[in-house]
Amino acid sequence: MPLNYTKKTLNHFLKPRNIGEIKNADAYAEIGNMVCGDQLNFSLKVEKGVIKDIKFMSFGCASNIATASIMTEKVKGMTLEEARNFDFNTITSELGGLPQQKIHCSVMAVQGLKKVIDNYEKKGEKVTNKKKVNRK
Amino acid sequence: MFIYLDNAATTQVDPRVLLAMEKYFLQDFANSSAIHIAGEKVDKDLNLAKEKVAKLLRADNKELIFTGSASEANNFIIKGVMRANKDKGKHLIVSQIEHPCVLAPAKELTQEGFEVSYVPVDKNGLVKLSELQKMIKPETVLVSIMTANNELGTVQDISKIAKIVKKAGAYFHTDAVQVVPYLDINMEKDNIDFLTLSAHKFHGPKGVGLAVISPEIKITPLITGGEQNNSLRAGTINTPGIIGFSKALEIAYRDKDKIREKVKGLRDYFLNKVKREIDKVELNGSLEKRLPSNLNLRFHGVEGEAVLMDLSQQGICVSTGSACSAQNLKTSYVLQALSITPDYLNSNIRFSFSKYNSKKELDETIKVLKASVARLRAFSPIK
Repeated sequence: MPLNYTKKTLNHFLKPRNIGEIKNADAYAEIGNMVCGDQLNFSLKVEKGVIKDIKFMSFGCASNIATASIMTEKVKGMTLEEARNFDFNTITSELGGLPQQKIHCSVMAVQGLKKVIDNYEKKGEKVTNKKKVNRK
Repeated sequence: MFIYLDNAATTQVDPRVLLAMEKYFLQDFANSSAIHIAGEKVDKDLNLAKEKVAKLLRADNKELIFTGSASEANNFIIKGVMRANKDKGKHLIVSQIEHPCVLAPAKELTQEGFEVSYVPVDKNGLVKLSELQKMIKPETVLVSIMTANNELGTVQDISKIAKIVKKAGAYFHTDAVQVVPYLDINMEKDNIDFLTLSAHKFHGPKGVGLAVISPEIKITPLITGGEQNNSLRAGTINTPGIIGFSKALEIAYRDKDKIREKVKGLRDYFLNKVKREIDKVELNGSLEKRLPSNLNLRFHGVEGEAVLMDLSQQGICVSTGSACSAQNLKTSYVLQALSITPDYLNSNIRFSFSKYNSKKELDETIKVLKASVARLRAFSPIK
């Protein structure tokens, strides 16, 4: 059974957007999938609660790369709140469909996005906590 | 561009094979089980073709049952022998790296109350003979170990294994689907009781498998409802398929020296050039005990399927692991059996060559491969 990736998926695989790592990023996250062994690393830059920049590195199959690519394209400019609610089904529909056995790639990309936002917010908390401590 | 380096999955039909088959579609199409003159003629030709096959496999005192696939042949032999010889015992031994069409029937049999043991392999993909020796017992009915593995091309010492099995009083089956014409098959000398082949792996037609069985060993059929093949496999005899099988096998062994030399030359050329041009590449499995047609390479830091898709976009066809496992996402159980570090299990590509490949094709492939690995490594988090 061939995978029959859509043209758009292949395009994002062959020319992935937002590839690499942001220097001095506000947060980083690594996410792996034990089932297929794929890995995604995200780096995030936030300005006034809005995603200013997001980049990714991938050790993964074509759909792993393509799903992360299109997701980063979509969430750039979103508020953290909007990005946190980003639905993995959006990736599939944006790509014009994914083979059934590759749906988990889009799930993993979204998990990675949530993780990097979590890491950003945790860091923020720590900073505010420290400030509170300092004030005392 | 179309470059086909997935010959372990299937091969191009040799035009001479197709030519030999043609008249059995258009002229001599009669049912070989019929008693009229046309049926008789076809039956005679089939017997000649079968004799040729038996001779090439040194299987003169065996019985040839042509099936719809090697999967069917393996199912037939494994299930058929175990089910028919319960009086002898209920123990089956297979290797960890058998094809799924051996492993699945073995698993099915456990649900019927049979006991199955799995012989491990070493890091080179070779069956641990000492383990086999320990596993085998008086209740062992059948031992099934493939001659050469489909993912790795690693070749087992079949003659030695068969001796151990025979000494213990068990029967021996080998799935030899990958080996024609790269190894000689000699069922008589090597004490092989059962053997499986498939025509499409050696430039014959798809849909024609072969189960070579021993007439003196009991076996129950999988498919019933007809007198064909001594009632061991019902169904109209696939005349063109069997003629094609026989012709393909004949050509393969007639030209074996030439083919072996050419394919090994191509394989070695490819391996050496890849190692020169791309860094951090490892070979999975033994190089010495390996079919000349196979290379299974590990490219550090990149995912196999991504490389495959890059090549595929340029018209170059390769595979990750076996064709079947490319669909499910689980990492290859064959590579796992070799105790390869989990980090490396997803970075593998199988290149399998045939007599129809050329050096020029390999140069072209390496060019695309090198660019793909560099592209993917540039954004891989695994350095």
